[in-house]
Amino acid sequence: MPMKCQHCEKPATFHITELTGSKPDELHLCEYHARTYLSQADEIENETPTLAGVLAQQLKLGQTAQELERLDQQACPVCGITFYEFRQHGRLGCPHDYVAFEKELEPLIVNIHGESSHDGKHPKRVASSTDKRTDLIRLRREMKEAVESEDYENASMLRDQIRKYET
Amino acid sequence: MKLEDLAGQCGEWLRGSGPESDIVISSRIRLARNLADFPFVRKCTLQDRDSIEGAVREYLHENEAFREVTYLDVDSLSSVDRQFLVERQLISRELSDGDGPRAVAVDAHEKYSLMVNEEDHLRLQVMNSGLDLTSAWDQINALDDILEKKVTYAFHDRLGYLTACPTNVGTGMRVSVMLHLPALVITRQIEKVFRSLQKISLTVRGLYGEGSQAMGDFYQISNQITLGRAEEDLIAQVSDVVPAMIDYERRAREFLIKESQKDLHDRVSRAYGILCTAQTISSEETMMLLSSVRMGVNLGLIEDVEIPTINQLFIHTQPAHLQKLRGIELDTVDRNIERALYLQRHLRRQDANGDAEKN
Repeated sequence: MPMKCQHCEKPATFHITELTGSKPDELHLCEYHARTYLSQADEIENETPTLAGVLAQQLKLGQTAQELERLDQQACPVCGITFYEFRQHGRLGCPHDYVAFEKELEPLIVNIHGESSHDGKHPKRVASSTDKRTDLIRLRREMKEAVESEDYENASMLRDQIRKYET
Repeated sequence: MKLEDLAGQCGEWLRGSGPESDIVISSRIRLARNLADFPFVRKCTLQDRDSIEGAVREYLHENEAFREVTYLDVDSLSSVDRQFLVERQLISRELSDGDGPRAVAVDAHEKYSLMVNEEDHLRLQVMNSGLDLTSAWDQINALDDILEKKVTYAFHDRLGYLTACPTNVGTGMRVSVMLHLPALVITRQIEKVFRSLQKISLTVRGLYGEGSQAMGDFYQISNQITLGRAEEDLIAQVSDVVPAMIDYERRAREFLIKESQKDLHDRVSRAYGILCTAQTISSEETMMLLSSVRMGVNLGLIEDVEIPTINQLFIHTQPAHLQKLRGIELDTVDRNIERALYLQRHLRRQDANGDAEKN
């Protein structure tokens, strides 16, 4: 006589052996119950937070549509990326964004990593001045914009400033 | 060194040696780094990206430590060549499919590569055969120090190394171990094992980063978190679960041998038979069958093939590799014929050698 499913009267056509416990666990199931058993896996699958998921969840909480709109329009003074643009693509525009959007990014970072500060390698040669570096990013962007609007006088002034920084 | 020379070699990660190499294929560490005085890649102008790429190239060129690297301008490579580098895990799909100035520097022994203008300005990776994360960390740490002498990294006192995506901030480090787990797949244990890994913030992906359906039963386990833990701790987090994974896979193999040796022997013998005699065969089927054969060799069920040969066939039968080895571009139909011929040549030759020795 064929073996019956452990959960119903149908014949057991799936014989599963769980090896992850301390000793092998045998399961004899019909197709329906085997499917249910195996698909339990998929339901809890995405437990680890994805960036898009965490962002969406975080922004849903405690923010009115108005607040969200204002937040989206915030822009980084260095690279010009808006928070909306970051939200759309999940990629930041420049190192200064971590400062410019600090308040918005903090809960996101904690949610992903469970921590809020770095513990590990530091560059041996710390940037002489991070501000000077981000200034360069800003100046290059302003020069590009000046050239695009044909404001050559301003552009050449900016170029001189950039050269001074680079040397 | 040319790409053609690379094609004939096997590459570090499929060398098939190193500790626990019947199950652990390779160990890999990558670091994401950005230059402090440029926007992240997405916000870079073409000129910015040119400047970054040019500066990195010049530095590598003049530095003794990088004397043996081959520097490739990815933007000017053909699509077959780009695909070839992806198959070898020297560049990411993102770098291959992207546009604009971007490059990769490849070490002559394929132990490390440095991608320029991928998601971050710099993506440095070191690969070792078998389970060997400690020396991978020593090497990548040293290479990072050398780069840092010339390049000012974007670094924040509290947040660490700054990256384009907040998921990489802090150490910017991803530690991965690639495992071959055919018996856990056959016994349907794999999903359950992965769920328990996810609970401790480890992620699982397939050979080329794809989702659940892994090619050839190869799985990569890596850390999810990059912030708040030192590099050594992140490495320990990944390497600590590897012995358990090896143990599960070994137990599943023992179970299959004990409970259904005939079925298992039949399965690997058929796989071997198809690979030796097929006249046309897809890449997916090849991977699946090679996976069975690889396990069969490790269990002593097939005796006339060596593991390094199987490892090499996994990579040489990939679409771009076949075309590089043949020296011409082939469409899917012709590739499937070429692949069958290639498999016959390499598996039967071993057979013939074996017979000759016996006589």
